[in-house]
Parts: sequence; C-alpha cells; structure tokens
Amino acid sequence: MVALAGADLELRAGEFLTLLGPSGSGKTTLLMIVAGLIQPDGGEVSIDGRLATYAPPFKRDVGMVFQNYALFPHLSVGENIAFPLRMRRVPEATIQQEVRRILEVVRLPDVGGRLPRALSGGQQQRIALARCMVYKPSIILMDEPLGALDKKLRDQMQLEIKQLHAELRITVLYVTHDQEEAMIMSDRICLMRDGHIEQIGTPDELYFQPRTRFAAEFLGESNVLVCEVVGVEASRVVVTTAGVRLRAPQDARLRDARRVALMVRPERLAIQDAPTAGPGPEPHNRLEGHLRQVIRVSGITKYYVGLDSGQMIVASTLTGDAKTVATPGARVGLTWPPDAGILLPETARTER
Amino acid sequence: MSRAGVAVEGVTGAPRGPSGWWKGWPLLPALAFLLLLFVYPVGQLLWLSVVDRSGALTGQHFARLFASSLYVDVLLITLKISAWATAFALLGGYPVAYLLATSDARWRSRLTFWVLLPFWTSFLVRAFAWMVLLGRNGALNKLLEATGLTNAPVAVIFNLTGVLIGMTHALMPLGILTMVAVMEHIDANLPKAAATLGARGGQTFWRIYFPLSLPGVAAAGLLVFISAVGFFIIPALLGGRRETMITQIIIEQVQDLMNWAFAGAISVLLLVTALVVFYLYDRALGMSTLASGTPALDRRGGGRENLISRLSAWAGGRLIAILGWLCDRAAEVTERLVPARPDRPARPWARGVLVIASLLILAFLAVPAFFMVPVSFTTSGFIDWPPQGFSLKWYRAYLESPQWMAATVRSVGVGVVSATLAMLIGVPAAFALARREFAGKTGALALILSPLVIPRMIIAVALFYLYARIGLVGTSLGLVLGHAVLAIPFVVVTVMAVLKNYDERLDQAASSLGANRARTLYHVTLPLIRGGLVAAFLFAFVTSFDELTIALFVTGGLTTTLPKQMWDDALLKVSPVLAAVSTVLIVFVAVTISLAERLRQGAARA
Repeated sequence: MVALAGADLELRAGEFLTLLGPSGSGKTTLLMIVAGLIQPDGGEVSIDGRLATYAPPFKRDVGMVFQNYALFPHLSVGENIAFPLRMRRVPEATIQQEVRRILEVVRLPDVGGRLPRALSGGQQQRIALARCMVYKPSIILMDEPLGALDKKLRDQMQLEIKQLHAELRITVLYVTHDQEEAMIMSDRICLMRDGHIEQIGTPDELYFQPRTRFAAEFLGESNVLVCEVVGVEASRVVVTTAGVRLRAPQDARLRDARRVALMVRPERLAIQDAPTAGPGPEPHNRLEGHLRQVIRVSGITKYYVGLDSGQMIVASTLTGDAKTVATPGARVGLTWPPDAGILLPETARTER
Repeated sequence: MSRAGVAVEGVTGAPRGPSGWWKGWPLLPALAFLLLLFVYPVGQLLWLSVVDRSGALTGQHFARLFASSLYVDVLLITLKISAWATAFALLGGYPVAYLLATSDARWRSRLTFWVLLPFWTSFLVRAFAWMVLLGRNGALNKLLEATGLTNAPVAVIFNLTGVLIGMTHALMPLGILTMVAVMEHIDANLPKAAATLGARGGQTFWRIYFPLSLPGVAAAGLLVFISAVGFFIIPALLGGRRETMITQIIIEQVQDLMNWAFAGAISVLLLVTALVVFYLYDRALGMSTLASGTPALDRRGGGRENLISRLSAWAGGRLIAILGWLCDRAAEVTERLVPARPDRPARPWARGVLVIASLLILAFLAVPAFFMVPVSFTTSGFIDWPPQGFSLKWYRAYLESPQWMAATVRSVGVGVVSATLAMLIGVPAAFALARREFAGKTGALALILSPLVIPRMIIAVALFYLYARIGLVGTSLGLVLGHAVLAIPFVVVTVMAVLKNYDERLDQAASSLGANRARTLYHVTLPLIRGGLVAAFLFAFVTSFDELTIALFVTGGLTTTLPKQMWDDALLKVSPVLAAVSTVLIVFVAVTISLAERLRQGAARA
C-alpha cells in the first residue's frame, strides 16, 4: 500500500503551513515522516538544511503536538515541560527558569505542580504546546491538535496558536481535515489527496484560484457545471451547459480542452425573481431554475435552486441584504459576472 | 392526537445513587453459597486454633508454633523462595509482556498462545516436565555430559535450584498476563512524544514507559508472591527436605497427624503473612492500582502520602534517572563506534535484542512440557533421557487402567458440574455488581473475590474439616461444591469485565423497541456476551479440572480425580504413564485455548 505517492514540500522558516486533506490523504503520514516516527521507503527529509531522512526523532530538533496531547500522565506539568530540557542536559537552574517563562507565555503560570489530568482539555493543549516551544525546535509539528476540543474552545485556541506563532516566529507544520481551521490559521495550505499534493498556496490562492475540482470543492462551497467549449470571444471562453451559453475567463491550461468544469462560488451568484438582464458593461451569465429551499445560517442566507437540467445550485447572500421575497417553488434567475467563474479540468481526478 | 406524556417519577437508571441493599438480590445465591462453604468453614478452622479440646480459649497451639524455630524457619524459607521466584518471574516476564503489549494484533495473539499454554497447563504436568529435564539422568545432564561441559551429573533437582526453576516457570505466565493487562493501556503516543522531545530509547523507556508500567509490575508481583507462598506441588516434587514450604506442613498435620487445631494455627500464620503482604502493598502503591489496571501514580498530585510511598517514589525516581543516563551513555558510545547515517534506514537492533530475549524466555516457558511427549512413547519402564524405542504401551496402560479412567471421567464430570454451578451462581452476581448500585456493594464484591486471596490450602483444610463432620468426604458432591467456591470469583471477574465493555444503550434500544426484560436478555444481551460467558465457563472448568488442593483431602481411593491420581503416582514413583497422561493434558489444553481464541476473535468480528 502506498500512503504517499509523491509529495515535494518545502517549509520556509517562520511559516505556518497546513497539510489539509480528507482522512486517508496521507497528511499524517507525511507529518510522521518529518518527525521521524515513520521511516519512508524513499525520498529525502532535510531539517534546517541538514539531511535527516532516517535520523532518529531525538536528533531532529523537531517538536510535535499530538492529537491527544501525549502529556506524560505520571509527571507533573512542570516536569513535562522540563523533560525536553533535561534530555538536552540543560542546567537545573535554567530549566526552572525556562519552565516558569514558558508557562507565562501560555498564560498558565500556576499549574506547574499539577498532574496533566487535573487540567481541562484546553489547558492540556496549551501545556503540550509549551512543552514543544520551551526548547525552541526548528519546527513544530501539530497533528490535528484541536480535534478533541469542542467548537467554542477550538475557535479560541485557533486564534491563540496563531497569535503565539506570530509572536514567537516559530515554524509550524500543521495537520487538519478542517478546511475552515486551515483557512483561519495558515500562511500556506498544502491540500493533499490520495497521497499526493493537490495544490499548495496561500489560503487566498486556494480559495480564489483552485486548480482542480477537488480543490474547489474541498475548500469552501462551490457550484460546478460541466460544460462544452464553444470557442473564444473577446478574451472570454464561451461554453454551453444544457443549452445555455456562459462566458468565463481564459485559462492557458485548458486551451485544447473540449469539456471543462465551470466553478462559481455561491456568494458570487445573485438571485433574481424577475427575469431581467444583469447590469454592467459586460452581460452577466444567467441560469434559470426553481427555488427549492431557503436556509438561514445566522449571517448568511442560502438559496438552493434546482436548474432545469436537474442539477442543484446554491447561491448565498448576507442575510441583511436578502431582499428576495421568492418562495420555494418560484422560478428564479441566477446571474454572475463572467470573471467570477473559474474554468477547471472537467475530470474529478487530476491528470497525473 | 395523543401527546407523549413524560412523567418524571424516580427515573430509573438516571443519576444512580446507592440505594437499598435489596437491589442486589441477584447476589444472594452467591453470598449464601460462600457464607456456607467458605466463610463458615474457614472461620471454624481459625477458631479451632485458639480453643482446646474442651472448647475453652487457649494459646497452646500458637505457643507450640513458636516454641521451636522449626515453623518460623519454614515460614522464612517459604518467604525466601517466594521472593526469589517472584523476582525471577517478573524479571523474565517483563520483556515478554513488553513485547506482547507493543506488537501488532496478529503477532500478539500468536505469542500469547505460548504464554497461555503453560498458564493453563497443570502445575503437576509442568513439575513432571522439570523432573524429566533436570533429573540425574535427565535431558539437561545428558546434554551437559555430551558436550563435555561436565563429567558427573549436576545436582539441579531436589534442591533450591530445582524449586526456583520450577516455581519461576510456574508463576511467570501469571506475571506476564498481569503486566500485559496494564501495559496495553499505556498510550503508544507517549514514547513517540518522548522521542520527538529529544529522548533516546533508554531515557524514553526508563523515564516514561517503565514508570507507567510499574502498577502492572507491582500487581503482578503481588499476585505472583501470594500464589508462591501457597505452593506445595513444586517444592514437594522438585525440592529437597530443606525446601519444605509452609503449606506442606499443613498437609502433613492434616493428612498424617489429623491435628486440626495445629493445622488451623499454621493456617493463621499463612493467612497473616498474606494479609501483611497485602497491607504493605497497599501502603506503598495503593490497592486501587490492582483493580483499575490503569497507571495511577499519584505521587505529586495529592492522594496517598506516607513515608513508605514517598521514600519509594524518591528512590525510584533517582534509580530511573540513573538507568536512563547509563543507557544513553552506552548508546552514545555505540554510535561513536558505528555512526548512524541519516541517509540510510536505521537498524532497530534494540528491538531485535528484545525479540530474541523474549523468544528465549517463551521457549523456557513452553518447551519443557514438550519433553514429556517423547518420554511418553518410551519402551523403557522408567522416565529416562533420551527415551528408548517407540511404543504406545504407556497410553495403553493409561487407557486400560480402571483407576486412571475413573479419575479422568470423574475430573471431567466434576469440572462440568462445578463450572455450571459456578456460572449459575456467579453470572447473576456479576450482572448485579456491574450494573446496579446498592448498599454494601463493595463489601459483597470483597467477599466474592476473597477465595482468590485466601491461600487455597486454608480453604481446602477448612472444607475437609467441614466435610468430615457432614459426611461429604470422598463424595463427588463435596468436590463440586469446593471447586465452585474457587471458580465463582473467576466467573464473576470475567463476566464483570465483559459487561463493563458492553454498551448498555443496546439494551435500552431493545426495550424501547418493545422487548421486555427477559426478551432483551435472551435476544440481545446474552448473544452479545456469549464469548465472555464461554470464556468464564472454560475458566471455571479448568480451575476445577486442574485442582489438586481440595482434591488432596476430600478424595481418595475410588473417588480420586485426575490431578490427585497423578500426585499420588508421582509421590510413589514417576512412571512413563505420567508422561502419557501429561501429553494428553497438554494436547487438551492447547486445543481448548485455540478454541477459546477462535471464539473470542469470532465475537470481536461480530
């Protein structure tokens, strides 16, 4: 079985890079290989410029935060944090000083004498982080560290970790399957799928310029229409889906493609109950269908529209702007400016 | 339209607080049974030790116990042998337990078989095996002479060496299984975390893994030591006069001298010894570590603070730091000699050493029994190595002997009946203990488990005294009742463990779907815990089938059981018939374990 097929990845010092992907995509395997807890069948790992492919974990100068924190249950919080320093034979006085300092940093100055299980989940999480940061490793690896926390605490910890990262300028390799978490925390996201890297880039790049249908569908919500290419007109690609002509920006990769996938984010779609043409210098794309359902998710209202082809499309607006009075069953139009669409390879799988 | 009415009126099952004792009614048969056949007779035996013939209180029996140094010496020898055997069993058992706990599921179940095989093989069979191996003309001496290492036979039997080899061998499987139970619960991420934090293998093991496994080591030490103190088969068959242990003295007093009162006094001595050991254990480590099976070292975080625990914690901490340091220096030196290369996979040599050591220890556990097999086919009239020729005459002798056959049939019969009885009494008790809250629950559990703690010899002598007065000596009924006393705690513990892992919501689902209590039990609960019930039954059956202590007193002549017949034969002369019978038993045990394992795996898959 191949857990990782080909994955070249370079981390810059001080960067927060997230390995994002569904379970089984190889992200944890990749992390374990960097930590030295799994030996790769091939390839190379360099840390801080030094080759470390098969170096034992204790020689790598990495820090790792495990999903269940892996705090040593028989050692006090202070001893847990002192552990990496003792392993490096740091003088006792320095150890005490460093432990106190790092406990201040994670804002838990008084828990040094307690056992880990006497702390709450969020506190244990911070101690796990402190234990990694205290010896200033060249990289900190985090394996879904917030997976065990409830939503509210998770939101809070995301910001805290992000803040610590900014303050201390640590290099972080982070693993999660939660795209929102990845978007919130990362400098760059490495989207993984079936043991290879699907796309790597900043959160903005992944959101606004996904390179594949998988990337488009994994990050954020998306509407994907499979289209036939008709031709190029005024630097726009003209495509048809179910007999409707649509226009989209050009993409050099797809110059010769006959069939493409047109992706539009829901928030770029405008819903109109009266069938009128869109304003602006360039005619907007337009699709028609029946409104099936309206759902309010606090600040956002989502409209599910069944196209005549049978496909379901979702459009979203800010709830405050939701002026539409259309009720489910009504015929509505969906419009978007041509440059809001993105053309992607039609196949669900990437050509490799 | 009808509305679903929710009348909250004493919500059953919701926040469960202790309530009336009557909720524990399923325990009544078990409690009554144990009061009648365990508490009463044992109490009576202990009472005998402090009264004279007229029934007045007296200290004469204890005065005699301490009048000469004879009995105190026997006690000291017992403690010394037990301590050494415990130390060896733990030392040898630890690497095997570690390997089992850190192997993947497939290897673990393969290796566990080789621990379970000796675990379930009768002490008698294993003692015979060592007689074959260690005797003057045994396999070991023949090997030593053949290789020219010695000229004359080495004395490794009928002395301390023989007893220690036999007892270490007898007790190590129990130690391994107890330690594995704790080690399995150690989070596999912890050693990994230590490694990423910069700890080498040695530091990781000594500072992290070892302290977390200590509760298992301590529990194993306690169980092994308490078992060792009650041993008589191994010292009798492999030891000399100077290795006489305390239970042998009790047997002598009862069987040869019929001195009940003095046997009672020695029993008190044995019991007090056991209780002192339990007390010290509790002071040092806390009894909770025994039951919970999870590492609970409250050294700093409040909990138990006393001089013994603090001292042992401090000394332990120092020792661990030193051991870790030593291991690392050794690793560093090796590394300097053979530099590790980051561009090549490292060789896991430490794991290799562990595997080899563990396999050798497993061989020590499993192989001796197999020396019985060739011996059982010998044509010679006595046990000798190497066996001569090939014949089935000893099997024929076994099968044609009415005495052996009667013993075998009786053992199987008594085993089935007493296991059934123990199940009928124990399973309801286990259900009540696992699922209900009621006043006196802790006390009830303690009483039900106490036959495991009280040395078996005391129970046996007490039952003998009781049976002698009500005419149950020499009857199968007496044997069945006695074996049920021993088997009930095993049944209760096994079934409770199964119920602990049982998702009670399944029962709630069944009852919400319209099944009444009986149908829920019959259609949902019982099918799901069937594997555990079968295991409990097998446990109870083997306990009885292998039982010698009670059988020693309450059987005889035509009512003998298989272990008793083997014991009598072994004391008279060790003939190849014993080897034949032992071979049959080993095959029987191996098949039973494989069956049980298959059942367990089948249950896990479902």
